[in-house]
Amino acid sequence: MFLQLFVVNKSGGLIYNQNLSSAAPRLNSNDWLRLGSTFHSLHAIAAQVAPVPSSGIEKLETDTFKLQSFQTLTGVKFVITAEAGTPDLGGVLQEIYELYTDYVLKNPFYELEMPIRCELFTLYLEELIERHSNAGGAPGGGGGGGKKPAGQY
Amino acid sequence: MATSSKSHQRTGEQAWGKISKVNAELFTLTYGAMVMQLIQDFEDVGAVNKQLESMGYNIGVRLIDEFLAKAGVSTPCTDLKETADVVAKVAFKMFLGVTADVSSWNGDGTAFSLLLYDNPLIEFVELPPQYSGLLYSNLLCGVIRGALEMVQMKVSCRCVRDVLRGDDVNEIRVELKEMMEDVMDEDYKEG
Repeated sequence: MFLQLFVVNKSGGLIYNQNLSSAAPRLNSNDWLRLGSTFHSLHAIAAQVAPVPSSGIEKLETDTFKLQSFQTLTGVKFVITAEAGTPDLGGVLQEIYELYTDYVLKNPFYELEMPIRCELFTLYLEELIERHSNAGGAPGGGGGGGKKPAGQY
Repeated sequence: MATSSKSHQRTGEQAWGKISKVNAELFTLTYGAMVMQLIQDFEDVGAVNKQLESMGYNIGVRLIDEFLAKAGVSTPCTDLKETADVVAKVAFKMFLGVTADVSSWNGDGTAFSLLLYDNPLIEFVELPPQYSGLLYSNLLCGVIRGALEMVQMKVSCRCVRDVLRGDDVNEIRVELKEMMEDVMDEDYKEG
């Protein structure tokens, strides 16, 4: 099951955060900002200290959760966390990137590098997460609708 | 080189198949109306050219992410030759439905020309003599500049040949100015 998603712009600022499950820890907005910029720094350090050319932190697996990060060639980082044992999150991150290009970047009122306040993005993100949770979490039980976004957490 | 060009062509076809389309006439006429409005607003062809370029730039910096997300070109280009090929065969195909040819490399491989034989923007256009200085498709130059800038390449683009001005092909000259180093450097310098 997915826990949280956050998006960091190329200068390390947090531009989006969303809880994807009621089991996700509740963070206040300061915590979120700190998390975003700390991850950005660690990502940069990881890429620099690696003995071979590296694209920074891609996966982090622990006993209780896993984290996966996807950095686009333009420098935006999409980071998702999920419960331990969730299958590879790369596909979901790629789909989230596509949603971002459609519902954030194509919104003429969105300014690049600024926090994402696009309801459509959140709506389709929730739909996507629900679709994936149904497909992965409960075999046979999913598939129903999926149009209605999961409630606000 | 030839084989990679072929595979880019295929990637372009696939991207074109996936992406949602809009009626070509609506697109062409909207662009025409926009250029005409700019001419009325600015009353100076040079200013219109500049405005078109800057509008293109603003499109390019956003468009590049859609390209990266959906074109299926997952690995970064290794050199400018590959970049040129990807722009010509994949990006032009994906967003305009046509491909361009890459030609006229300079000696040290930092500048090339994109030849556009079939430009959907100019389908119905005849340039009247009083606007002969107008670079009608200058928006495309801006798009290329904006898109490449987001992937750390500073380039300059200009229309050097234009079918509307009597040439036999549209030629966009792209010159690499510099490869920008890590994006975070500039931010830290200020502090």
